[in-house]
Amino acid sequence: MTRRLRNQLLDHLLHGAGLGATLLGLVVLGALLFDIFSDGLGRISWEFLTSFPSRRAENAGVYAALAGTVWVISLTALFAVPIGIGAAIYLEEYGKRGGWSRVIEINIANLAGVPSVIYGLLGLGLLVRTLALGRSVIAGAATLALLVLPVVILSSREALRAVSPSLREASYALGATKWQTIWYQVLPVALPGMLTGMILALSRAIGETAPLITIGALTYVPFAPDGLWSPFTVLPIQVFNWVSRPQEAFLENAAAGIIVLLALLLVMNGTAAWLRDRFQQ
Amino acid sequence: MTRSWRARIERLIESVLFACAALSIVVTLGIISVLAVETLQFFREVSPVDFLFGTVWTPLFFQKSFGVLPLVSGTLLVSVIAMSVAGPAGLLTAIYLSEYAPARVRRVVKPILEVLAGVPTVVYGYFALLFVTPLLQQVIPGLSGFNALSPGLVMGIMILPMVSSLSEDALRGVPGGLREAAYALGATKMQTTLRVVLPAALSGISAAGILAVSRAIGETMIVTIAAGQQPRLTANPLVSIETMTAYIVQVSLGDTPTGTLAYRTIFAVGMLLFVSTFLLNLVSNWLRERFREEYA
Repeated sequence: MTRRLRNQLLDHLLHGAGLGATLLGLVVLGALLFDIFSDGLGRISWEFLTSFPSRRAENAGVYAALAGTVWVISLTALFAVPIGIGAAIYLEEYGKRGGWSRVIEINIANLAGVPSVIYGLLGLGLLVRTLALGRSVIAGAATLALLVLPVVILSSREALRAVSPSLREASYALGATKWQTIWYQVLPVALPGMLTGMILALSRAIGETAPLITIGALTYVPFAPDGLWSPFTVLPIQVFNWVSRPQEAFLENAAAGIIVLLALLLVMNGTAAWLRDRFQQ
Repeated sequence: MTRSWRARIERLIESVLFACAALSIVVTLGIISVLAVETLQFFREVSPVDFLFGTVWTPLFFQKSFGVLPLVSGTLLVSVIAMSVAGPAGLLTAIYLSEYAPARVRRVVKPILEVLAGVPTVVYGYFALLFVTPLLQQVIPGLSGFNALSPGLVMGIMILPMVSSLSEDALRGVPGGLREAAYALGATKMQTTLRVVLPAALSGISAAGILAVSRAIGETMIVTIAAGQQPRLTANPLVSIETMTAYIVQVSLGDTPTGTLAYRTIFAVGMLLFVSTFLLNLVSNWLRERFREEYA
């Protein structure tokens, strides 16, 4: 075989291996979705969505977990979004290069890499015990807020950075102060980008299981939360509870619970994509 | 008058915003102090040497023993399996997307791969336990229902998009001039990729790999669901093991009273987990900075 031919062959080989590796991810994703839908689709019904968990698998539903997820995630958004945007504005518009801003930036990058179960330990030690919030909706939401804060800050900064500097300069030239410029010129332009980032950050929080189990969220909750101090469970914890049971029927419930969770994620990500497309001009 | 009023408000707003940003420092200090306080309490009763080098982990049994090595070995075993999938497959995917794939294919494939990264980990746990393990059991008869292999493989698929997208960024960061020079010398695409582009992007790619290891070590639900709860010092991927993260969840699920020694173990294990992922993240960031400096 000539050298040239061999090189061409190797070139095709690398191309093929790359294509194969790329397909691997796609095939597994397909298998995962197929497996879950074939296991759980039969259990999806109005009763499943509106029933409380039960010891009898065929009567059990996700209502308590769905309500818990809505409570916890709304509250997480309420905590994380204003603080995250505030931090992003400071770092992007006020922070000088070097000094505190640099320290905070490195710190945020590091926080983004801390395993989520560690945030659970933080929530357990600080929120549940020291601040005595108990194993409540508010403790769970605060824990998740701390967890997604780095993501919220990073995506908000990106949205702010995308705003053209000439807009700020024009505003200053007209005599506006720094805050007037940010409030009336920069934020309205950056808003859609920020919103997209927020939704993506929250859709990460919806799937989190470990930190909430660690702070002591219950796995069997036969009621919907009725306030900030109520005990709660969330969809992924409910799924985990069903997966850990040996009976076949509960495993079907777990698959059905996953379908509900994925549907929720699909709606959120779809909204984020729609917002991005709509305001991209 | 109004002017000084306005200036005062501006300053007030700036300090509120600074407080928001500074909260992240408080979070870090909070994590460190919560872990440190309980870990120190733990070390009053168990010597750090016994903890770090002991080979038996039975804190919840009557005969208590606090050697963390079985949990560490379980964590490493699963991470090695995950990386042997995510490393090569992620890098090849990155090479394909950055050097070979037409723009049209990239536009379709990248968002789909990102879906893989967005699937909740509890879903991967379900998939590992109820799809991958039974599938593997048909090929490997000795495979137990809970094992390190299946969650390891599934975790590899989960972190594959992270490896591929960060590596792709690194490959694309290599200036086009280097590729053109190689082509001009008669190199094929494969030669250019493997001998010119890949070495040039190496620090960026290593940064991606190390970040992936850190993610694998910290991953919790897949191993909690599919790897079992038997801390044992073994390199055998076919039997049930327990990772550091799964142990924390196991104790949190039970009703271990707060303030007991068993309760403090999760903070000691958490501290070990935090320190190791933190160091890996630091190295990864440092490598990425270096890559950026080379081609800035």
